[in-house]
Amino acid sequence: MKRLLVVLGAACFVVLLIGAMLDLAPAGIALHAAVSANLPSSGVEHPVTAVLLNFRGYDTLLEIAVLLLALIVILAVGIDSTTDVRPAASPVLQALARLAAPLMIVVAVYLLWAGAFRPGGAFQAGAVLAAAAVLLHLAELLPGWQSPGARLRLGLAGGFLIFLAVGAGLLFQGALLEYPPEQAGWMILLIESGLTVSLGLILAGLFLLLSRDDGDRS
Amino acid sequence: MSLEFVFDLLLALAIIWSAWRSLSASRLDLAIVMFIVFGLLMALAWARLSASDIGLAEAAIGAGLTGALLLDAYGALKRRET
Amino acid sequence: MSAGLLFASVGVILFALGAAGVLLIGHLLRRILAFNVMGSGAFLVLVGLAQRNGIADPVPQAMVLTGIVVAVAATALALALVRRLYALTGKIELPQDDEG
Repeated sequence: MKRLLVVLGAACFVVLLIGAMLDLAPAGIALHAAVSANLPSSGVEHPVTAVLLNFRGYDTLLEIAVLLLALIVILAVGIDSTTDVRPAASPVLQALARLAAPLMIVVAVYLLWAGAFRPGGAFQAGAVLAAAAVLLHLAELLPGWQSPGARLRLGLAGGFLIFLAVGAGLLFQGALLEYPPEQAGWMILLIESGLTVSLGLILAGLFLLLSRDDGDRS
Repeated sequence: MSLEFVFDLLLALAIIWSAWRSLSASRLDLAIVMFIVFGLLMALAWARLSASDIGLAEAAIGAGLTGALLLDAYGALKRRET
Repeated sequence: MSAGLLFASVGVILFALGAAGVLLIGHLLRRILAFNVMGSGAFLVLVGLAQRNGIADPVPQAMVLTGIVVAVAATALALALVRRLYALTGKIELPQDDEG
């Protein structure tokens, strides 16, 4: 009975919403025009990066804080594990992982740099770094994380702290995160570098903190 | 009915079908694999919408990392069962 | 129908599919899958509807980029909680009230 109601409700919802979308008038606000008009003073040439790091930089600051919070909560939830009990990975896989990991780091740095001019940026670069870490872990070359040590904690929180420091520094000179146009380019690059390293570590941590769970709960 | 629209329509149908199969598969590992397929098809959709940044992020994070997390959780559940 | 509108419609269907899955599926891991499908549908609606005239709009694209990253963090946290629940109780579904 409940199934029928939910399915009928979903079907009605789909039909009504698609019908409404097909009847929509053209938009009254053209945000892309405003972004293009202000792009020269934003410090980068790619509109999405400009929006993400400059025009709506506050959202990105809060986003990295939310990610850090999720990682801390995962640390708090914890896992039950004694030792890693996986069978050893094949040497072919290990050789391939050793070959691929440095290349992935180069790709990540390229994506970070290219974000100012074409699609790319800190999030994509951080994702590639995290993928390299996961690949190394699955090939038994990188152990799972237990409780992060001091350097790892610095790396995890560093991106958010750099972003916050730049924002707080700008607060004393005007509004929050309002970059002066001549210096906006390198400020964005600085923030993005910190974000890339932190994001790579956080995303890798989301995987590596849980993967030591081997199922032995007494 | 241009060729672009036909491609978009086929992509749309593939996305909906893979999402349906992911939610309705009887085996859980099949559901997770179909979810990864769904993520990669979504990356194609983002490319069609001129959103290459989102396509890169969806392929790496949405399909890749989420798929890896889900498969790891599935493996842990299976290990506990035995 | 432009590409934006077509994919926005796909997004609506995915959202409804995911929402029905979250409401009806008891298995927690599958419920996380349905929740992710719902999120992807919402992102498609956000970008597709803004680009229904065919012009790329960077503001909703930046929002969806943020959304994808936050969604993976939420999924990881949900999976950690599910694994913890399974380790503590041995069940993979939440306890049901005895109604319906």
